Amino acid sequence: MFSLDFQPMFVIARLTMKEAGRRKLLFSLLVLTMLVIVFTVLGFDRLKTITDRQGQPLSPVELKGVVSQLLIVVMFMFGFVLAISTVFVASPAISSDLESGIALSMLTRPISRAEYVLGKWLGLSTLAIIYAAGAGGIELLLVNVVVGYLPPNPLVFLLYLVGHVVILLTLSLLISTRLSGMTAGVVALGAFGLAWFGGIAAGVGEAFNNSTITTVGYLTKLILPTDAFWRGAVYSLEPAAEIALFRSAGNTGRAASASPFFAAAPPTDQFLAWTAAWMVAVLALAIYSLRRREI
Amino acid sequence: MASAASSAIHTAALSKRYGGVPAVADLSMTVPRGEVFGFLGPNGAGKTTSVKMLLGLTPPTSGEAWVLGSPIGDKMTRRRVGYLPELFRYQAWLAASEVLAMHCELARIPRMTWPAEIDRVLTLVGLSGRAGDRVGTFSKGMQQRLGLGVALLGRPELVVLDEPTSALDPVGRRDVREIIRHLKADGAAVFLNSHLLTEVEQVCDRVAMVNHGRVITTGRLDEVLGSGGVRVRATPLDGPARTAMERFGAVRTDPGGWVMVEGVVEAQVPDLVVAVVAAGGRVYAVEPRHQSLEERFMQLLGEPETA
Repeated sequence: MFSLDFQPMFVIARLTMKEAGRRKLLFSLLVLTMLVIVFTVLGFDRLKTITDRQGQPLSPVELKGVVSQLLIVVMFMFGFVLAISTVFVASPAISSDLESGIALSMLTRPISRAEYVLGKWLGLSTLAIIYAAGAGGIELLLVNVVVGYLPPNPLVFLLYLVGHVVILLTLSLLISTRLSGMTAGVVALGAFGLAWFGGIAAGVGEAFNNSTITTVGYLTKLILPTDAFWRGAVYSLEPAAEIALFRSAGNTGRAASASPFFAAAPPTDQFLAWTAAWMVAVLALAIYSLRRREI
Repeated sequence: MASAASSAIHTAALSKRYGGVPAVADLSMTVPRGEVFGFLGPNGAGKTTSVKMLLGLTPPTSGEAWVLGSPIGDKMTRRRVGYLPELFRYQAWLAASEVLAMHCELARIPRMTWPAEIDRVLTLVGLSGRAGDRVGTFSKGMQQRLGLGVALLGRPELVVLDEPTSALDPVGRRDVREIIRHLKADGAAVFLNSHLLTEVEQVCDRVAMVNHGRVITTGRLDEVLGSGGVRVRATPLDGPARTAMERFGAVRTDPGGWVMVEGVVEAQVPDLVVAVVAAGGRVYAVEPRHQSLEERFMQLLGEPETA
């Protein structure tokens, strides 16, 4: 009964990507990203000239420590802007087609609602993957060229970064099947913020051995796994020495997990499996929701 | 069901309710293949809701319907159906030819034939010079022409047009009538949703009139309209000549020396003239008259609903 045709799915995916190009979204992002990359890389370059209190230049180990921390902050900002852009683009992806009437002539073609939703998801995910991995990768590469520092797991970092964006766009797309672009954006961004705050709450709860706060924090992570993925990304940027230092500090070290700039451990395999199941479930819900919708 | 399999559209007690409010109630009709069918009604009569149910955009609350022999919503049947929505909007950031190519692909038209097919429909709807222009630069009327082109791609067996001339000028309206005649000549069925009665009158073989979601009359256009009678200009307008006319139907005096003899069919007109002349009347003009669709429509809307 439930069969998928790939051809109409690819038509919608290509159309979604073409729209981003024609509406100058890609161009704007490219210009903005280039500016950010140029300025941050210049900043990293200047780090080589700073000195300590005695007027001595920083040792390579010290410089590496500073660069690694700054890189996490820069990537945090990049991840945040990426998340907001994703919500802006994905939230109206379906609702605007329905509101404008564009969907009327398309959905009366031989294409199922499932193929339509999955086509949108595929197009948006491809855009997100190309942009997130491209911009993140270039930044890491240039920092390596300028100051000679490469985080321990750059590829794993990019995977988590892309994952956190795809999770968020899947949620936005689900909301987009029912609410207008504006409302869907507000709801998705609110959920993202809550998950982010839940991550902090989980760290605080652990530090103070408060099981209620910890549980609430972990629950939000399960409901929307974006923050857990962000922490996976941070973890892959942290030098081994830093992690060891925090781990040896016991409770204080664990308390550092409350900071969105630090992660004491990557997401577990079980959590990754949960996220995969979450993604499938949310997509299925989006398909169900659009099927039930009167157009 | 034979008529369900052989007709372009067949519905049996198709109904749609929003909350408790009926939008379409017990819609039962048959649109034969190759005919132009006018679906008429005032605004809010349930015309667009009916179309959306037929095309699988909105599920019916109850009842059944078949399109080209398949139950409504069947995915692959949609290859053979073209649709111009009332709310026509196409990707503003695509060129007209790109919109058409995208629909060709969705309609599974063989890729080799796209360029010729796109050229063909652009010429039909009068946009051949604008293939490469962005839809965003088009006027409302041009967008409606493009929508009509989208509906004609792949020579569908059924073309559903929902208020196809709402944004068109008189030239555009004439073009649409021509396109509908071409479609019929090619053997396609056309389901024309409209409240522009003169337009429907010029192209439709068969009509259904709906109001408040119910069909109030349906049939061939001449059946629905019936005979309006004949208008005669003659002298004298009283005496034996008038008595002669009264034998054919009720006679009413109109201004300008005319009388209207109601209920006279065209075959009776020569006899009527002979009778008037034999009674000493002098005949200057004879005009058989059909009731216009508008007159019939207003008459039906005015009648209390019996259903």
